[in-house]
Amino acid sequence: MSEVRFTDQHEWVRLEGDEATVGITRHAAEQLGDVVFVELPQAGRKVGAGAEAAVVESVKAASEVYAPVGGEVTAANGALEAEPAKVNEDPEGAGWFFKLKLADKAEFAKLMDAAAYQEFVKGL
Amino acid sequence: MTDTNDTLKQTPLHALHLELGGKMVPFAGYAMPVQYPAGILKEHLHTREKAGLFDVSHMGQAFLSGADPARVLEQVTPADIQGIPEGMQRYGLLLNDEGGIKDDFMTTRLAGEAALYLVVNAAMKDADFAYMGERLKGKADLKPAPERALLALQGPLAADALERHAPGVSQMTFMQARRIAVAGVPAIVSRTGYTGEDGFEISIDGKDAERVARALLAEPDVLPIGLGARDSLRLEAGLCLYGHDMDESTDPVEANLVWSLGKRRKEARDYPGADRISGHLADGAGKKRVGLRPEGRAPAREGTEIADKTGRVIGRVTSGGFGPSLNAPLAMGYVESAFAANGTKLDLLVRGKALGAEVVAMPFVPNRYKRAKK
Repeated sequence: MSEVRFTDQHEWVRLEGDEATVGITRHAAEQLGDVVFVELPQAGRKVGAGAEAAVVESVKAASEVYAPVGGEVTAANGALEAEPAKVNEDPEGAGWFFKLKLADKAEFAKLMDAAAYQEFVKGL
Repeated sequence: MTDTNDTLKQTPLHALHLELGGKMVPFAGYAMPVQYPAGILKEHLHTREKAGLFDVSHMGQAFLSGADPARVLEQVTPADIQGIPEGMQRYGLLLNDEGGIKDDFMTTRLAGEAALYLVVNAAMKDADFAYMGERLKGKADLKPAPERALLALQGPLAADALERHAPGVSQMTFMQARRIAVAGVPAIVSRTGYTGEDGFEISIDGKDAERVARALLAEPDVLPIGLGARDSLRLEAGLCLYGHDMDESTDPVEANLVWSLGKRRKEARDYPGADRISGHLADGAGKKRVGLRPEGRAPAREGTEIADKTGRVIGRVTSGGFGPSLNAPLAMGYVESAFAANGTKLDLLVRGKALGAEVVAMPFVPNRYKRAKK
């Protein structure tokens, strides 16, 4: 069973066991426009919740991607380096950014569920 | 954000932008479409491949009349305004007394008309018109034309598309300008633009703007293009954006825009800041605007520090991003003149990392202007 949560910085995080997969939401991808470059964290890097972990750039601007939860990076989606457009095509699937080993489950529980995130986006 | 939007000015095409799904953002005091549903990347590529229509009605248009407006206008610019032939447009720089660039602008001498037609940048128009008005007072009469709209139709198929609504325009060549009806509406059409492509700028009364825009958008090869793609297109074309790639702290030599100085003007030294600029022309300036190609895929944005290979900071990026036609990142910026030669290897300090880059000639993408045959 996996569970997906969302941040107010428009990242999503899917938790399977203690492995968290992180990406940016469809809303974020639409707002950014065509993604032309991503910078991903190295495996082994430790990030705290809310820390800058990756960068996503559209034609127009660069944006940080924050780690929704703290932990150690276990993998990065290297496919995005050759095909950054995957972030627009499938932001909440093949367009994932990195995976990390979750340090504290309570951090995950504090994030918004899908319904709460939908409400949050509506209010923007 | 809501408050800001309430006070933003709108161009005569505002309702059309909303209808077309334009994503409106504040720019130079106006609500302007940064992109339409196609997105910046597609809009950019479409303009290079076919034709794109841009609303640039936020730009400042004016007419300068008087006994000899060309001679008078030369008091604020080093361009050869008196030498503009009838039916031609010319690029010029508006300078302060120290030779700093206050703006860049276009001057048109329409056939059979005494008044000059001017177009200045949107963000600078109030300041420019106040400065020109004050400097030229009593000698020429500057009349801003806020009632006019301005459209740009750019791309290799622009001439075909516009010809169907303004027979004869395809015979014009680069930098020519004339009065002609477009879709039945009186217009000033010039074969110019800000994309590096062949194309036209079309000045019309604001009340006619939607009619003309709709007629052009009905052409199968024409898509509406937002400010986002306008910026990536002009950057690939190596064209400056005022307030970024030049400002009052830079002079024409530093900005690498010496070509816009009239030969007669350089010799006569009769323009604002002539002492400083003549010195720079003779001995070179300390810094120079150059094109940069980053080695990897990471764009280097405006403000990025430029360092030499020893790590010493020798300049700064003034415009940078990703070029959709180049399919690579690109930038322009100022470097110390010793590092300005094409082929010089430098580093761009992006997020704390030194990324290799090379100084390159501009434009980044070859321009395709329809020049007159010599």
